[in-house]
Amino acid sequence: MSYKNEHHEENFFQKYVWSVDHKVIGIQYGVTSLLFLLFGFFLMMVMRYQLAYPETPIPIVGWFFSESNGIMLPENYNTLGAMHGTIMIFLGVVPLAVGAFGNYLVPLQIGAPDMAFPKLNAASYWSYFVGGVIMLASFFTPEGAARSGWTSYPPLSIFESGQTMWLCGMIFLITSSLLGSMNIIVTIVQLRAPGLTWFKLPFFIWAQLVTSFLLVLAFPPLEAASVLQLMDRVAGTSFFLPSGLVYAGNAVEAYGSGSPLLWQHLFWFLAHPEVYVLILPAIGIVGEIIANNTRKPLWGYKSMIYAISFLGFMSFIVWAHHMFLTGMGQTMSAFFQLTTMIISIPSVVVLTAFFLSLWGGSIRFNTPMLFALAFLPMFGIGGLTGLPLGVAASDIFLHDTYYVIGHFHYVVAPGTLFALFAGIYYWFPKVTGRKLSESLGKLHFYPSLLFMNGVFMPMFIQGLSGLSRRMYDGGTQYAHASDILHWNEFMTISAFCLGAAQIPFILNIFITLASKKTGERNPWNSTTIEWSAPSPPLPHVNFDKDVEVFRGPYEYSVPGEEKDFCPQTEK
Amino acid sequence: MSSIPYILEERPDTGLNNSRLGIWIFIASEVMLFGGLFSAYVFLRFAAPEGEFDYWGSKLSVPMATFNTLMLITSSVTMIMSWASLKMKQFDKYKLYLGLTILCGTAFLAVKYFEYTGKFSHGIYPASSTFMGIYFTLTGLHVLHIIGGLFVLIYFWGPAGSRMWKENPDLLANRIEVTGLYWHFVDLVWIFLFPILYLL
Amino acid sequence: MSSDSHKSVEEQVKIYLNVFGALLVLTGVTVAVSYLDVSFIEAFFIAIVIATIKGSLVLGFFMHLISERQAVIWILISTFIAFLILMFLPLVSMTDHTNIW
Repeated sequence: MSYKNEHHEENFFQKYVWSVDHKVIGIQYGVTSLLFLLFGFFLMMVMRYQLAYPETPIPIVGWFFSESNGIMLPENYNTLGAMHGTIMIFLGVVPLAVGAFGNYLVPLQIGAPDMAFPKLNAASYWSYFVGGVIMLASFFTPEGAARSGWTSYPPLSIFESGQTMWLCGMIFLITSSLLGSMNIIVTIVQLRAPGLTWFKLPFFIWAQLVTSFLLVLAFPPLEAASVLQLMDRVAGTSFFLPSGLVYAGNAVEAYGSGSPLLWQHLFWFLAHPEVYVLILPAIGIVGEIIANNTRKPLWGYKSMIYAISFLGFMSFIVWAHHMFLTGMGQTMSAFFQLTTMIISIPSVVVLTAFFLSLWGGSIRFNTPMLFALAFLPMFGIGGLTGLPLGVAASDIFLHDTYYVIGHFHYVVAPGTLFALFAGIYYWFPKVTGRKLSESLGKLHFYPSLLFMNGVFMPMFIQGLSGLSRRMYDGGTQYAHASDILHWNEFMTISAFCLGAAQIPFILNIFITLASKKTGERNPWNSTTIEWSAPSPPLPHVNFDKDVEVFRGPYEYSVPGEEKDFCPQTEK
Repeated sequence: MSSIPYILEERPDTGLNNSRLGIWIFIASEVMLFGGLFSAYVFLRFAAPEGEFDYWGSKLSVPMATFNTLMLITSSVTMIMSWASLKMKQFDKYKLYLGLTILCGTAFLAVKYFEYTGKFSHGIYPASSTFMGIYFTLTGLHVLHIIGGLFVLIYFWGPAGSRMWKENPDLLANRIEVTGLYWHFVDLVWIFLFPILYLL
Repeated sequence: MSSDSHKSVEEQVKIYLNVFGALLVLTGVTVAVSYLDVSFIEAFFIAIVIATIKGSLVLGFFMHLISERQAVIWILISTFIAFLILMFLPLVSMTDHTNIW
């Protein structure tokens, strides 16, 4: 593969704004998504303050609730809840995991000069950007932002404020995802360097491939459903409105004959594969970091690939475990319970393989490895707590309680987010030519791990006691919640401390960027192809010599070799 | 950009070029998009009272839709003929067939315009019934896809096509092939839409 | 181009015209058959079968699937399976419900 350099001069806009270079686009995705994650975190902090001290004025942001003297109204809480979820998932984690890590690393790890469709890549970023602007702008409309949950269930979502902009924003975000994932699939299939066969690919690439297939096939039904919901709100149709509906005391003037369940089916058909989209890139990142920092190949590399492929397929037939309480019959319930139990197996395979990969390794406890190691038990807790939710008998009690919130946050927050942090520490030297400070990294890691557990572990206690989610006062109205309410203050304080623990991370990034570039190509002594490029890689072409692959992805500590690692590109 | 391989030539082990694989994946996502709406149609039809969908469905014009079906089938043939003409290096025939494709697509849109305005003038809107809602949504989304396709076809029929023919005829043939695949897919959707909405 | 690996473009043109003819005939059949007095399920089945035949002709010959590579065929098969899941599972769950909705 040649590396002819493009010799035309690019102005500032071409180079940094409308760039079609996957590295620039990856950084654009990265910065935008990190900012959205921060914003989503702030929304959560306001919610948690309310839960700890209900009916008291909220400090600093209380001016937003000026009509009620700074005290949060129920509808404000609902808005915070819906937008926190939407922003974290669709504007934060997925764009970071797939848009940033995927776009930046996939071409580099397969030895390609760029993605298969660079202009489409730029289009997918700008579509995401527009979707994000719409979501943010919705806060400032007279109607306010969406407040019917990130799940936007009708009939409520048809009548509640703010949903129209939410739906428009979603359409842009879904389009962005579709374009991006299509690009990733074609890139991986077509642009692998000579010698890079399927089972020599890093596990991260396989994870991104499965993720992209999930996005391509599962997102469009939600786009279809969003169009239908938009029609219900704007064109007066009643796809999701049953006959005889009464809202706020008045009979609804719509044709009726629709079905709220239809939305739930179409929504969860996407949203269940979506949660695997949230975890798979993270698993990919953890795999890379574990292999590198144990100086051993990954245990069960092929088994893990088969496991995640099976997981991808199964993720399409489990969705109704989110709908056990909709009056489902026994047969369907049994079917979905069965598939849900089966889908837990591949995750166990992957987690077990990661644990076994540690055995006998020469473990280096640098910051990326600390986050990757913490991922393992945290994801374990998240996964195990999913099991009672997947069994209908226990789900009947636990559905819509804080137990569910605890479960999914364990998987995404100390799960995926820790893996993404690990990835940022690990690949920062490749992207910028400088390594992040280890001391600040540890100052970020240890408190984060502690306070993550402080925020989310008590949620299982609250949920098992029957405390419902989405209640603006945190449960003070309910007698059965009275003996677990005290956990709210504890969790809020943990959440604020968790926020403080991110400050070393933010400082680290700025301080390191301001420091001198070392340009070291392979500071972690890693085997995968991206480490043979300059740091940062060359604009548009990435590599400064032709890439040819001779070895597998994790040839560490090969007997008879003098170095403890053999890069893929070395004979 | 020029350093990206397999834009035109096929990669030996996969036998594909990038854009052909890309458009098929895009088509796969479109199958799921229309599939979502089709599944909504089926779900709503089963949920509706007996005979309701038949009643509202009878208000649609079968002759107009049959004409539209013939228009799209013809446009599919002229599309593939325009690609074949390019492969046989006959630029004039390519333009002729591509022009016919655009004409057929426009005729389809014109008929749809008359269909829709006819409904509105009789006071029939998407809100009138669940059937009408899904009818307007399904055909409306299909119309948007036709419009999008026409934009691309017109672009390649215009000066851009002539320029590409002079500078890189193989690239033009590849682009027309890929556009053709999209256009055939839009025809395919209509092949299923027509009986389901108009005849059942 | 894999699609002209075996046949020249001229031979393919003949195939395209034949397929065009078949599609016209099948469209006529679709409309004619809709006037038959059959139950809904039968009508649905006949309509889907004819549409599938027409669709297969477009997919196979106009879209060159008949000579396309394995990778693309497998992607389409997976998509079709996902489509079937989307179509039928919600329907079946509806029939298994304990209440109307």
